[in-house]
Amino acid sequence: MSAARTLEPWRWLGVPMVQALVLTVLFGIPFRLFGLQLPEPVFPMAAVFAWAVIRPSILAPFGVLVMGLFLDYFWGGPIGLWAVCLLVAYGIALGGRTMMAGQSRAILWTWYGVVTAAAMLLGYLFIMLDAKSAPGLVAIGWQFLATIVLYPFAHRLIEMFEDADVRFR
Amino acid sequence: MSLRDSPLGELKVPLTWAAAIALVVAGVVAVAFLISDRRETFQAEAYGATRRASDTVLAPVGNVLAAPGRWTGAGVDTVRGYFFAVSENRRLKTELKEMRQWRDVAIALRDTNDRYRTLLGLKTDPPIPMVAARIVTDSRGPFANTRLANAGTEKNVKAGNPVMSENGLVGRVIGVADGASRVLLLTDTASRTPVMIDRNNARAILTGDGGPNPRLDYLRGRDPVKEGDRILTSGDGGVLPRGLPVGTAVKGLDGRWRVVLASDRAAIDFVRILLFEDFTQVVNQKALSVMPVPPPTMGGQAVGMARPAAAATPAPATTPAGPAAISATPPKPAVAGAAPKPVAATPAPVKPPAPKPAASATTPTAPPKPSAAKPAAVRPSAPKPGASTASKPPATAPKKPPAPKPAPVAEEPPI
Repeated sequence: MSAARTLEPWRWLGVPMVQALVLTVLFGIPFRLFGLQLPEPVFPMAAVFAWAVIRPSILAPFGVLVMGLFLDYFWGGPIGLWAVCLLVAYGIALGGRTMMAGQSRAILWTWYGVVTAAAMLLGYLFIMLDAKSAPGLVAIGWQFLATIVLYPFAHRLIEMFEDADVRFR
Repeated sequence: MSLRDSPLGELKVPLTWAAAIALVVAGVVAVAFLISDRRETFQAEAYGATRRASDTVLAPVGNVLAAPGRWTGAGVDTVRGYFFAVSENRRLKTELKEMRQWRDVAIALRDTNDRYRTLLGLKTDPPIPMVAARIVTDSRGPFANTRLANAGTEKNVKAGNPVMSENGLVGRVIGVADGASRVLLLTDTASRTPVMIDRNNARAILTGDGGPNPRLDYLRGRDPVKEGDRILTSGDGGVLPRGLPVGTAVKGLDGRWRVVLASDRAAIDFVRILLFEDFTQVVNQKALSVMPVPPPTMGGQAVGMARPAAAATPAPATTPAGPAAISATPPKPAVAGAAPKPVAATPAPVKPPAPKPAASATTPTAPPKPSAAKPAAVRPSAPKPGASTASKPPATAPKKPPAPKPAPVAEEPPI
């Protein structure tokens, strides 16, 4: 096994994508516990952030597009909304990748929060223009909180694959 | 031969640039999807074949995944029912006692309403058929609040049909597939529902914002809403029937009036999809919009369209005298509740100009139509089950019926 071994796409792109989508479906079932509904985090955001940090890739943006479209079809929102938001998040993370290299977990978590906030801001602006009504900030805040607590999953993915391909160290 | 061994393997493109190009291509595709989306229209074809296909696939998946949750809920209910049977029995007995009194009032009111309707000749809405369905997926985010129900085209569900839980209005159907229909909730940012305040019939538009309590927009007048007012659908626009319970009004933290949805009182697992079609959907719109061709006129006699019709039928010139006389005399019998006189049986097809302004306010009762005349005489008493108790509630009953109140007619000076 040589050090220059390439990283198989299905390992760092395929598996996290499937995991994120399955979790989305599981959290989409109508279930109430003590009168409270399940939260609705954007699970693909963790994978999107991790993919951008791990390495640049040609396949990753299309994986992001697929996940975004799935969210739109599953949640019944405007088709393309989450696809665009996730791609913007991916682009920001990819652009800031060199600044994130070697940073501590807390700094990366902050970056993750900023990227998530940018995606949600874009969604807010689009919905405001499309529906001619501003979405509730409280609802956005809840989803933002539910999403940023997912960072440990993204961090685990980064730790697993960041050094897997020595060409991108 | 792998790519690495081929001569092209040496051709290296900076991966960051390639990734950026891929990102741009994916972005263009996503934006194209976003621009072409028309989710909340009433056109069935706007929902799209892809959405229909995904809903058809997702509905059974969601149904299976939601099953453990349903079983857990049923188990918890069973255990709770076992341990709290005594207190629940006591509560139900109290509630039953109260409901019996309301039943008697309801019977009396229904009878009164029936009589008023027949007297006024009102054409009431027909009963609305409905379909039961189970909610299988649920999205609650700020940008999309929809649910997937497991009933679709096979049960004649159509886009625009209202959806209710046992407590109140949930939303409306925006897309139908085979075995599934997508329900846009009242809380979605794309949802606009014409509603009214039950206390004073003030109108508003219920606007979703992704949160649990949608806003009341376009309120008119000074303080039209009070805390705790019941909010019902107004039926304006014809998309929803009038009078469906929506919720109660509360003042939001932002100072705006909001609605605590009645459907939020319990988990929404089963819903009723009302197969409601209003007049504008039922009638043949094309036939309505066709302009009738005026009949040929004898050379140069008439210029306008109305004149030749009048000229062709000279007899109606005498008819206004009949209805005018009728409208002047009949209000009294109608209010007194006595059987209308035979003169009322003559139809009044042409409405004559009101002889005086005071009478015009009470025109609903003034020209008794044939349909009003018969039932009022045929149905003099209350239904049998409530016959013994109906004598008490009628004291309150006449106060309740809305719009065309009989009292002002009784005070009208005789002509």
